Amino acid sequence: MPIVLDHISYTYQPDTPFAAPALHDVSLTIKSGQFVGIIGHTGSGKSTLIQHCNGLLFASEGSATVDGMPILPKSKDLKEIRRKVGLVFQYPEHQLFEETVAQDVAFGPKSLGLTAAETESRVRWAMNMVDMDYDKFHDASPFGLSGGEKRRAAIAGVLAMQPKYLILDEPFAGLDPNGREEIIGQLLRLNEKGLAIVLVSHSMDEIARLAKRLVVIHEGAIVYDDTVKQVFGKAAELAAMGLDVPEVMKLMMLLKEKGLAVGQDTLTIEEGQEEILKVLTNNTTRHT
Amino acid sequence: MLKDITIGQYYPGESFLHRLDPRTKLICLFFYMIGIFMVKELLSFSYLMVFSIVVIAVSGVPVKTVFKGLKPMWILLLLTLILNFFMSIDGAILWQWRFLKITDAGVRRGIFMALRLVMLLNITALLTLTTTPILLTDGLERVMKRCFIPMAHELAMMMTIALRFIPTLIDETERIMKAQIARGADFETGGLLKKAKSLVPLLIPLFVSAIRRADELAMAMEARCYRGGEGRTRLRQLKYRRGDGLAFAVTMSFVAFTILDRYWLKLFV
Amino acid sequence: MIEVRELHYQYEGKNEALKGVGLTVPAGQFLVILGHNGSGKSTLAKHLNGLLLPASGQVLIDGLDSQNQADFWALRQRVGMVFQNPDNQLIATSVEEDTAFGPENLGVEPALIRSHVDEALVSVGMEEYKERAVHLLSGGQKQRVAIAGVMAMRPKVLVLDEPTAMLDPRGRREVMSAVHKLNEEEGITVVYITHIMEEAVAAHRVVVMEEGRIVMDGSPLEIFNQVEKLKELRLDVPPAVEMAHRLRQRGFPLPLTILTIEELAEALQAAGGRPADALPGSGDAAKPEATLCP
Repeated sequence: MPIVLDHISYTYQPDTPFAAPALHDVSLTIKSGQFVGIIGHTGSGKSTLIQHCNGLLFASEGSATVDGMPILPKSKDLKEIRRKVGLVFQYPEHQLFEETVAQDVAFGPKSLGLTAAETESRVRWAMNMVDMDYDKFHDASPFGLSGGEKRRAAIAGVLAMQPKYLILDEPFAGLDPNGREEIIGQLLRLNEKGLAIVLVSHSMDEIARLAKRLVVIHEGAIVYDDTVKQVFGKAAELAAMGLDVPEVMKLMMLLKEKGLAVGQDTLTIEEGQEEILKVLTNNTTRHT
Repeated sequence: MLKDITIGQYYPGESFLHRLDPRTKLICLFFYMIGIFMVKELLSFSYLMVFSIVVIAVSGVPVKTVFKGLKPMWILLLLTLILNFFMSIDGAILWQWRFLKITDAGVRRGIFMALRLVMLLNITALLTLTTTPILLTDGLERVMKRCFIPMAHELAMMMTIALRFIPTLIDETERIMKAQIARGADFETGGLLKKAKSLVPLLIPLFVSAIRRADELAMAMEARCYRGGEGRTRLRQLKYRRGDGLAFAVTMSFVAFTILDRYWLKLFV
Repeated sequence: MIEVRELHYQYEGKNEALKGVGLTVPAGQFLVILGHNGSGKSTLAKHLNGLLLPASGQVLIDGLDSQNQADFWALRQRVGMVFQNPDNQLIATSVEEDTAFGPENLGVEPALIRSHVDEALVSVGMEEYKERAVHLLSGGQKQRVAIAGVMAMRPKVLVLDEPTAMLDPRGRREVMSAVHKLNEEEGITVVYITHIMEEAVAAHRVVVMEEGRIVMDGSPLEIFNQVEKLKELRLDVPPAVEMAHRLRQRGFPLPLTILTIEELAEALQAAGGRPADALPGSGDAAKPEATLCP
């Protein structure tokens, strides 16, 4: 059972002079276990879109469901919907508030009315998922952690609800390469365990490394929804929307322009390297 | 939801009133208030009423917008009316039901007090409607300095920073609220106690963030050589023009006439 | 010119943040400081305009000593700072009022403030937004206003502490090009802290910090070609350099002058016709980790 957005539209402050249409006739299905990237420049409607997936915003038109449960303002299932669809906002560390990391991570499970024992086991699981040693961190103040640790603690707070879908908005923003790599590893592991992940990011290299499917939003509408390779293949169209492609793809395009017959569907450095070696080695062999 | 709050609403325009020096407007408002409190008889408001109408007309701000400023005050107005209507014991009785009675003096007093409030609020609203927050702060700082009010610069700086950060903090409140709802927080249901408790996950992060912002802002201000008001110059120079003289003259005449009427002329007594 | 000598600093109750940093930056240089969080780079930056004072050692800007009372304000005026969070460094509600904040603090004549402000806004391409409310600007625009606010004080040195960390790619490009323009056209010395490697590629010089010390110092080429060492320090390598490095390791002969994708593409095109004996296993290309910082 998936998250289904069916022809939804949304306008901020409707019926006022400030009315701002943010989404227009958007349809999107996120199936369990998928790893989906969403790109689009600032103001394209990405944030509005993801807030429709767990009932923080409600479509002005069209319908949205999570595993068959309709996302409506008065729905009894709203709590369950929000549990199933975990949403990690940009700079999630800003939501930390408890005295200890364990208490903060426990906030979600507690609100679900779980017993103390269940809550603790969930907290342990969630902290483990983000590589935070329970014994070392559970009693630490979240405000005394380093930037990367804070972010991981906040993500654990969402994971502790044991969502089926995890949506992250720019989870790498402001982190150093070290912190970024840690979170990348954790996302991959969570996805392997069957969690569907939706990654909203400006950083194309990370999207290329992680996502299988890529959705492009431009001016409140979905313009592409396809495999990552297919979408990044439209470099010129993306550039027109102010969007980049991964560096390796840029390199391949340049090489092709220069008359080298390299394939245009390599996303990561590893793939690119093999492709270049293959083509250039053949090339040179042919020349000799 | 929170974005609907408008603060220091400024109504852009190029009217005579808009172009007046903020100090002129502040000082005139001050004297106008004195005038209002000098009035003892309902009908004596007529001079200042004429003044108010002229000022509103000159401002180019729609009357509806000016009166919108009263909206948050309507309970206060209603209370003023009701209390005065029913609480007065002097004067001829107009209406009576058991122990409740309305006297003509009470009605007069009620209308008198309400009118005083309306006139006061309208002209004050007009000040913020025709003056940008920046100019208002600037004007306030300089007027306070002139009057030797201590900490004038600090107060003005606080006002500037508050104006600058209110939109940022409103955005932030909304963001944190959503983040906590996303992990199970419930800000809507439950009794008063539960509701108050549910605010903790919102207020603590907001507080932490406000402190962090203050910290970073202080650092940024220091880095830009801020060291208090001493020796500080300003980009914007306030200069009185001919219009300011006219505004002073008109305001003063109305106020003077009100005072004159109260003590000597007594036209409406 | 910036001269930092044997600089030590310790935050209260914490480990030593700077453990003897020495650094000389000639006027007009574009210096990038790399290093992951906690390496001491921000602490060093805050010493450059006296926001922090050395526990021991010395910071001199054009001969002005940050620990000398008489030099202090002149030094601070000479070194402008831009911070990471675009929201937390703009003080006034409108763009031009904010830009004027610095010169106002310095007690500059009002007429002169006006011309400083106008010029500063032009220099970052924000003159059209003069009267805008700052909270309505995009992140990149806010950072450019922050730079203008510093430039209006007529500094000689611009210190930027991760100015693009919170921006989207467009904002990043806006800020980078504004800073480069100031360096090239107005000769401003730039100290630019980042961990986005692409931003370091166009610098004159790159310094890498680790645990309160400078561990690498050289031109972008010299630094980035030490791929293994950077990885050891858990830092990124620009994608083009990384790719070139991998290809070299596989025996593909590529020059050590590659920093950008364009340069790599050209080198590959040139190498496209090389004889096959240069391929797999030929060792000489595989040891570029030569020279430089021990």
